[in-house]
Amino acid sequence: MAEKVLMKGNEALAEAAIMAGCRHYFGYPITPQTEVAAYMAKRMPKIGGVFLQAESEIAAINMVIGAASTGKRAMTSSSSPGIALKSEGLSYLAGCDLPALIVNVQRGGPGLGGIQPSQSDYFHATRGAGHGDFHMIVLAPSSVQEMASFVFKGFNLAEKYRMTTMILADGTMGQMMEPVSLEMGEIESYDKSWCACGGSGERPRNIVNSLFLKAEELEYFNIKRYEKYAEIEKNEAMYEEYMMEDAEICIAAFGIAARVSKNAIDEARKMGIKVGMIRPITLWPFPKAVFNAAADKVKAFVSVELSMGQLIEDVELATRCKKPVLLCNRSGGMIPTLEDVLNKIKEAGGIN
Amino acid sequence: MATVFKKPEALTDAVFHYCPGCTHGIVHRLVAEVLDELGVRGKAVAIASVGCSVFSYNYFNCDAIQAAHGRAPAVATGVKRACPESIVFTYQGDGDLAAIGTAETVHSAARGENITVIFINNAIYGMTGGQMAPTSLPGQITQTSPYGRDVNTVGFPVKVCEMLSQIDGATYLERVAVNNVKNVKAAKQAIKKAFQNQIDGKGFSLVEVLSTCPTNWGLTPEKALTWLEENMLPYYPLGVYKDKYAE
Repeated sequence: MAEKVLMKGNEALAEAAIMAGCRHYFGYPITPQTEVAAYMAKRMPKIGGVFLQAESEIAAINMVIGAASTGKRAMTSSSSPGIALKSEGLSYLAGCDLPALIVNVQRGGPGLGGIQPSQSDYFHATRGAGHGDFHMIVLAPSSVQEMASFVFKGFNLAEKYRMTTMILADGTMGQMMEPVSLEMGEIESYDKSWCACGGSGERPRNIVNSLFLKAEELEYFNIKRYEKYAEIEKNEAMYEEYMMEDAEICIAAFGIAARVSKNAIDEARKMGIKVGMIRPITLWPFPKAVFNAAADKVKAFVSVELSMGQLIEDVELATRCKKPVLLCNRSGGMIPTLEDVLNKIKEAGGIN
Repeated sequence: MATVFKKPEALTDAVFHYCPGCTHGIVHRLVAEVLDELGVRGKAVAIASVGCSVFSYNYFNCDAIQAAHGRAPAVATGVKRACPESIVFTYQGDGDLAAIGTAETVHSAARGENITVIFINNAIYGMTGGQMAPTSLPGQITQTSPYGRDVNTVGFPVKVCEMLSQIDGATYLERVAVNNVKNVKAAKQAIKKAFQNQIDGKGFSLVEVLSTCPTNWGLTPEKALTWLEENMLPYYPLGVYKDKYAE
């Protein structure tokens, strides 16, 4: 049994990044993720790593682009308004096929919004993280342990597929403390012969680039990238099922919403209501197959989220709208309560 | 037979796409000669920017990264911090460096980032077809200042070397021009020093090169050189604006 330590989500994530071999962190202060930067500022100089506080979110992600171009593990973290600023860089990372880890500890929006937890960047992360045709792998942690272990998974997937992995956490995950096992994963190693680190003295030169003025050429690379995405959709979709064996109602929820939902399910089960949950762990690729299969068994779905209804669209798409999908949500930094979820479960089951 | 003139090793065989009379070609060659002479081509990383020099990654015969508009110094920072043994330079135009990328320019200088910046100032946006640049001169007619740059409504040109000379972190700032043989030779010396500084770990060096854009200035290559001499040189005086290690 591995030893456990009590850590805050943001700090567990930062320590995990160091353990996963990341020695290049570029950031900019923003609540509620600042502890990541603060932790890196303290630790990196002691281990020969780089902590650099950039002049902007935009500069920070472009520093990540530079470090990632050399084949080194590099990351940045921010919260919703800062992630919006990084969108240009996310698009360039995709266009250049660079591996990098980006962390979004979400707060409420739009605009400057608030600083309380939110999941309202779901569309941004899964649909439109920047201009152009591209995806990121999006991991949604639901515990401090996952805040840490998804860093290993995130870097490994990023290098395996040469693309960006985003950890999409809500503010709760960043701020809360839980026991964490520091045995979080293995560092996998992938080909880095493509990197531009100043080695053209010994090998043909390497170019990291996303510019293709010939339309046929640009289309070719986009199609190639989507072939890779198809592989990822086939192989990397992750989810957790909870009490789904006999469920007649299926909750869809991730992050803090999944934890509230688990408690609500336990309460509902005491009342004899057959309810379970599918928690998507990868928001992209969305675990479509398991939702689609569930749609043939359950009567209804309930999407529990900290946004005005974003996850619900993926549930409806994955299930081809075969069954009704109800929305149980709060927004702006509010979190659905156990009672909110329980009432929605009853509504879905036709029980009042 | 002795070879007296040849293409630098640090240039590829690709044919430049630049317009006739454009001075990008001269500056590319100067940078390449310096990389050869200092023996650092094999560990150089060129950061291309957005503008006419966007394709410079096709011309410099070393590792290269194409950066987003204005972000080249941030990308260079990432490369240099991750691989301190590499020789990293950005090659940027005036729109890229002095408008959209002002923050990245100022702060990489403030950090004393150990990189070399080659800054082409031709007082116009070339790639997009001749719009007003942050360095366009008062009264200069461009596509987006068709009645001449009116400093009362759009403000004054940004003098990059003068501005950066106020920053403690900057090591070496020099403005040169490539309008005649004498100035081209001086430009090469400045570029060489800017790279030597990086090799010596001395920090942020920037060479501003006053250049021509005959196409978008609407002048012949020859007249463009005269325009540079008569209009740019008085507004942008040549010289060393900062040299932290000067004896």
